[in-house]
Amino acid sequence: MKQMTFAEGLSLGLQESLEQDERVVLIGAGFGGLTPYRSAYAPIRGRFSERITDPPIAELGYCGIAIGAAMTGLRPIVAMGTGAFSFEAFPQIANEAPQAYYGTRGQVTCPVVFHMMTGIRGAGALQHSSSPQSMYWNTPGLQLVVPGSPADARGLMKTVALRSENPTIFIDHQRLQGVTGMVDEADAGEIPLGVAEVKREGTDVTIVAVSVMVARALEAAEKLATEGISAEVVDPRTLVPLDKATILKSVAKTGRVVVADESQLSCGVASELAAIIAEEGFESLRAPVKRVAIPNVPIPFHESEEKYITPSAGWIINAVKQICN
Amino acid sequence: MATALSNAALRAALYRMLLMRRAEEEVIDLATNHENEIRGHYHVYIGQESSGLGACLALGPDDYVWTTHRNHGHVIARGGEPGPVIAEVIGRTNGYNKGRGGTFHVIAKHLGILQTSGIVGGCVPMAVGAAFSIKTRKTDQVSLVFFGDGVLEEGAFHEAINMASLWKLPVIFMCENNSVPPEGREQGQYPSSSLAATQLIDVPNAMNIESHIVDGSDIRAVAPLLSDLVVRARNGEGPFFVESRLTRWPGNMGAFPELIGGPYQIGWVWDPSTADAALQSWLTDSDPIALFARALVEEGVMSKAEVEADDAKASAEAADAKAFALSGPIPEPESAMDYIFA
Repeated sequence: MKQMTFAEGLSLGLQESLEQDERVVLIGAGFGGLTPYRSAYAPIRGRFSERITDPPIAELGYCGIAIGAAMTGLRPIVAMGTGAFSFEAFPQIANEAPQAYYGTRGQVTCPVVFHMMTGIRGAGALQHSSSPQSMYWNTPGLQLVVPGSPADARGLMKTVALRSENPTIFIDHQRLQGVTGMVDEADAGEIPLGVAEVKREGTDVTIVAVSVMVARALEAAEKLATEGISAEVVDPRTLVPLDKATILKSVAKTGRVVVADESQLSCGVASELAAIIAEEGFESLRAPVKRVAIPNVPIPFHESEEKYITPSAGWIINAVKQICN
Repeated sequence: MATALSNAALRAALYRMLLMRRAEEEVIDLATNHENEIRGHYHVYIGQESSGLGACLALGPDDYVWTTHRNHGHVIARGGEPGPVIAEVIGRTNGYNKGRGGTFHVIAKHLGILQTSGIVGGCVPMAVGAAFSIKTRKTDQVSLVFFGDGVLEEGAFHEAINMASLWKLPVIFMCENNSVPPEGREQGQYPSSSLAATQLIDVPNAMNIESHIVDGSDIRAVAPLLSDLVVRARNGEGPFFVESRLTRWPGNMGAFPELIGGPYQIGWVWDPSTADAALQSWLTDSDPIALFARALVEEGVMSKAEVEADDAKASAEAADAKAFALSGPIPEPESAMDYIFA
C-alpha cells in the first residue's frame, strides 16, 4: 500500500491500461489540466507517446473520431480537458455513441471513454467550471463514473478502459487532483461498475457524496463526530450503473440522509439520488432528504462570489444539523 | 485505373440498380398504401443508384461504409438483401437491427455499415475515426462515407476532414450532390444557395484533400474513379473527396416521395415520351437506370428483351422482399428496454 494523490492514482490506472491492452489509445493527454498535479501524468507521455494523438481544437470532430475508432477495434480514451468543452462535442457524445449498441440490438459496441475535468476550480469563471454529470446521467446509453479517491480513480479507469464495451463519461475534477488516499499497487485494483463504497461508517445520518464531494463529506463527518453526530459516508463511485442497494441499506440504518454533489440543484445528481431515496426508501426515513448542490446559477469569477455558491463541508454540516436536531 | 467491367459485370450492375429502384418503390408503396407501416417521414435513393453502386463496387468486403437518412439504396448497393432492409425500414424484427432503427438507421454490421446517422454530417467524424483505427491497427481497409451536399454546411464536416487530411487517413468522402441540373453534372460552376463556396470541392481542396467531380448518374464514370481512389487510399494516399453530381428525381418531394405516373415502367427507358410529362426530361438526361440501360443496349451488351427480363426479375425480388418484411413480427413492447448496455 502506498499513499498517492488522486492524480497519481489516475495516472497509474491510465498507464496500466495502456500497458495491458494495445487497443487502448489516447486522443489528447491533458489530464490534470493546468494544476500543479499535472506532472503526475508526465510518465504517460514519456512511456506511451506513440499511443497519444494530439488533435486540433475540434471537440466535435475528435469525439466523433474516437467513437468511430471504438466501433472498429480500438478502445480510445479522450482527454477532453474542461468538462464544458464536451458541450462542443454534444452531438457525437449524446446523439451517436449511446445509440450504437441500442440501435443495433447489441451488434455494434462503442468502448470509448470521455475524460473530463468538471466543476468549480477557482477562477474558471463562466465557461470553464461546468458540472455536466447530470446532463450525461439523463442520456441513456452512457456509463457515468464519478471517482472521489485515488484508488477509485485508478480502478475505475482500468475497468472502463480494459473491460467495458460501453461509452463512458469519466467525471474528474480539478480540485480532486491533490486528494490523497492509499493505493495497493500490487493488486490489480479494478473496481466493478455499480458497486458503491461506504467510506466511513456511522449511525445517525447518511451522507451520499459524489466525486469531489466525497472528501468534503469525510471532512464534515469528522467535525460532526466531535459534536456527537455519527455520520456514514456512502460514495456511489459510479452513477450509471448505480448501486441503489448500498445507499438504501445505509439509509435504512440511519433513517436520515443528505445527498451532496457539485452540480446545479435542478434535475441534478443530488436531486436524482434524493428522488430515488424518497421513492424506494421512504419507510426508512425519519426526516426529509436534504440536497447539497450548487444553486441554480452560472459560475462567477471572483473567489468571493465563487465560494458563496460552492457546496462545502460546512454546507453538509448545516444540512445534517437541520435533520438531526 | 481499374480495368473496364466485363459484360457480365455490367449486366449484374444494372440488375442491382433495378433492384435498388424496385425495393424503394416498395418502400413508397408501404408508406402510401399501407397504414402505419412507415410513421413519419422517410427518404428514398431513387435516381442515385449509379453513384452508390459505383462506389460500393470499388470496395472490398472488409471495408467500412457510413451513410445517412437516405441509406436504403446504399445498403442494397453494398450487398444487403432487400428483405431485411425493408423489414428494418418498417421496424419489423426480421430487419437488420430487428426493427430498432427504422428507415433512418438501416445499419448492417456484416456489410461493414456500423452506423447510419439521421443527423446531417453525423457519420463523417465516425468515418474518419474508422480510418484512424485502420491506420492505427495497420490494416489495408478503407472507410467510405456517403453524404449529401448539405453536410458541407455542418461544422462536424470541417473538423473531421481537417483531421483526415492532417493524419493522411484512408477515408473517402463521397458527397452525393443530388440537386445539380443535368447540364451542371459534367463541368462548370455549381453555386449552392446555402454554401458560400463557389464549388463544393473548394472546401476540401482548401484542406489539401485531393478532390474530384464525377457525373454520378453514370456508373461507368463513378466505378473506375472510385476503384482508383480505393486502391490509392489503401496505399496510404488518402483522404479523397468526390462530389458525385446527380439530378434530383422529380418524385423526390423532400421527405414525402411520390411515384409520379405510378411505378417505373421499363418502356419509359426506350421512349420517355410515354411517361408523365414531369418525368420526361429526367428520363432523357438524368435517370441512371435509363442512361445505363440504353447504353448497354446500344453497345450490344444486352438486348432490350434482356433488360426487360432482368427488370421483371428485380421487380419480383422486391415484391418478395416486401412480403418478407410484412411477414416479420412487430417488436414486443417490453423489448424497448433491451440492449441499453453491453
